[in-house]
Amino acid sequence: MLKKLLAFVLVAAAATLSGAGDLMAETANGEPHPWGINLQRAYSPVMEGVHHFHNLLLVIIIGVTALVMGILAYVVIRFNAKRNPVPSRTSHNTLLEVVWTAVPIMILVVIAIPSLRLLFYSAKPVDPEMTLKVTGHQWYWTYTYPDQDDMTFDSIPIAAEDLKAGQPRLLAVDNPVVLPVDTTVQVLITSDDVIHDWAVPSLGLKKDAAPGRINETWVRITEPGTYYGMCSELCGVNHYFMPIQVEALSKEDYLAWTKQAKEQFAAGDKPAASMARADQAD
Amino acid sequence: MAYATTAGHGEHDEHHPTGWRRWIYSTNHKDIGTMYIILSLVAALIGGVMSWMIRLELAEPGIQFFDNTQFYNVLVTAHGFLMVFFVVMPAMIGGFGNWFVPLMIGAPDMAFPRMNNISFWLTAAGLTLLVSSAFVGEGPGTGWTVYPPLSSIAYHPGAAVDFGILALHLAGAGSILGAINLIVTIFNMRAPGMTFHRMPLFVWAIMVTAFLLLLALPVLAGALTMLLTDRNFGTSFYVVAGGGDPLLWQHLFWFFGHPEVYIIILPAFGIISQIISTFSKKPVFGYLGMAYAMCAIGFVGFIVWAHHMYTSGIGTNARAYFTVATMIIAVPTGIKIFSWLATMWGGSIELKAPMLFALGFLWLFVIGGVTGVVLANASIDFVMHDTYYVVAHFHYVMAIAAIFAMFGAYYYWIGKMSGRQYSERLAQIQFWVFFIGVNVLFFPQHFLGLNGMPRRIPDYPDAFAGWNMVSSVGAAITMAGTLMFYYIIWHTFRYGKVAEANPWGEGATTLEWTVPSPAPFHTHEELPVIGASDHGHGPVHGGLKPAE
Repeated sequence: MLKKLLAFVLVAAAATLSGAGDLMAETANGEPHPWGINLQRAYSPVMEGVHHFHNLLLVIIIGVTALVMGILAYVVIRFNAKRNPVPSRTSHNTLLEVVWTAVPIMILVVIAIPSLRLLFYSAKPVDPEMTLKVTGHQWYWTYTYPDQDDMTFDSIPIAAEDLKAGQPRLLAVDNPVVLPVDTTVQVLITSDDVIHDWAVPSLGLKKDAAPGRINETWVRITEPGTYYGMCSELCGVNHYFMPIQVEALSKEDYLAWTKQAKEQFAAGDKPAASMARADQAD
Repeated sequence: MAYATTAGHGEHDEHHPTGWRRWIYSTNHKDIGTMYIILSLVAALIGGVMSWMIRLELAEPGIQFFDNTQFYNVLVTAHGFLMVFFVVMPAMIGGFGNWFVPLMIGAPDMAFPRMNNISFWLTAAGLTLLVSSAFVGEGPGTGWTVYPPLSSIAYHPGAAVDFGILALHLAGAGSILGAINLIVTIFNMRAPGMTFHRMPLFVWAIMVTAFLLLLALPVLAGALTMLLTDRNFGTSFYVVAGGGDPLLWQHLFWFFGHPEVYIIILPAFGIISQIISTFSKKPVFGYLGMAYAMCAIGFVGFIVWAHHMYTSGIGTNARAYFTVATMIIAVPTGIKIFSWLATMWGGSIELKAPMLFALGFLWLFVIGGVTGVVLANASIDFVMHDTYYVVAHFHYVMAIAAIFAMFGAYYYWIGKMSGRQYSERLAQIQFWVFFIGVNVLFFPQHFLGLNGMPRRIPDYPDAFAGWNMVSSVGAAITMAGTLMFYYIIWHTFRYGKVAEANPWGEGATTLEWTVPSPAPFHTHEELPVIGASDHGHGPVHGGLKPAE
């Protein structure tokens, strides 16, 4: 009851705060939740696969742990020196040893089949409809749209004191990367200095951005909304403050955005971005 | 073995150096073992204080103390290096390995006593260099994995990373020499009748570990040397612009780094086997299976390294292979866990402090082990990769589990080493404080990781605040448990009761319990003769007299 009340208050507060109608101020789909104990909700087929597989794994690992702990507890109580003063001398049981070798192998096979299936599914996009190029720098990301005349812009983290209402600390950026929903997007990732890692948990994305390599991954976002992630490879002093913000729009909204964005980023935004970069360097 | 020639001399007429010469020049396996343990206790305090600073910073969102986040990264790096290279390895291999391998196989000392000395002093020099690296320039903020280009001269100018590299070179050289010493000792100096299949499992564990050291550390040394020349002499092994590849470092580092985690945990396996057998008053169940499971783990440990690199961009087929290979490790590991349970089954279990720590080890190792099976899968690991889920996993399965084995070993053997027995009451309190502390500390980190919190960050989005606070409270409890351990050491030496030769009774069947406590400066001067045990395999001495 109290929990529901609290949730209601929080939702109401969030609704009030996001009243500005700003796109980025809406409650995000993909972000960490206070006291969360599980994976973030899935908004891509790969992440849905991860959820299914993780649920299978959770059952298995909790079962195995409970079995071992149960035996352990039983043994400690039943074969305590007080209850069992004379120890047995048994030190072999071939059947038992075969069983506890064979059964784990069977469990591993049960795990390996869905695991490899998901691995090969997630490895490569089938018929990607567009490409996004991601470049990591110390400590911001650059996004390039090869299908939109190589439109390129920097995505600079917003310092805590400059956050607008509803923007989460250490996650919001000035220019989020915008992608259409229900579209298979090939993502090419690289870096021009140290190794970074471009990761968005709720979209099932995580791939190293390494200098001299172009790594490939893909995503097909299922719902419009905001998705947050953080750099996931130690990259220096501001590693903790190198967020990824993805805005997913409907296909029509996305087309409208590309027109507007091409003008915006062709015209005035570049100097602002490099100035922000200069600030970061201090 | 010039000193072991004449029969019939007791512990009074031995000539050995006294004062500082006894330690600095020591060629005695027990003294060197003691020095390793002291070194480990010192390094553990430094590394422990660092981890508490990390947890204090992370107790709440926002930067609390480290406005200079480079220093936070330096702490994370140094904590990892210290705990791996200067706490666990010296205590397990240099400390308990040195002390008890010769005692358990009935050898008078290590095969190469002088090399034993240089092994220790190289390690000590390495520790000095590593600690000083944190204070040179901006310190090495690279993480213990030292990935270039972050660790290259362009992103870490100054000598700090070079200090770190040289520290690892020294510690690595020390470990290689130590490994050679242990292998030669175990192969050539077993007492008559002490066949391989009668060696105590602790000796098996140390032997397998020594082979891993011998094969893995040279690879690290090579990788480090290339990093050193990249940084200082203009080579470009890892520099893309010069035709190199940062991924080469990752392959080499993890070819060493994965066996390294078995180097840490295999001696713990050995210790746990001795303790469980002793306090269940039963021989180890499935002795041969246990010994060869360790060999299998050691072997497979060498062919799974790229499971640390699932997001680095290696090919899909490679990830499929490393997924399957990694999962195979669960089989010999399962054999060990079930055999420990079967050893206790039907036993007459006494829950003395070493046994409590052995049971705590099982708890930690099983929880960390099953999350390891999750992480083995490339298809799901990428979500957890570089998050707190991994931090929780490896602290459970490897770091804290190893610490539990070390605490257990200390309580198990301190009577033999010092001649004084610890206080059972204090030790049991310390167990419960530490056990509750580490679980409150690390279990919530699984939640943080699943929810998406990256590792190695001094500040985090506000949504992660709750479990981080819980984790930091756990760190405070763990700190209390740790400081209590240091108090117990002092208490043991100040107030400890005089230890008997064998304080554990019928369950303690290995050779170290046949010599007096404390073990005299020289032991097994007359080689004991080992007979076949009454149960076919395993370490039992037949018709053996204490060496007096």
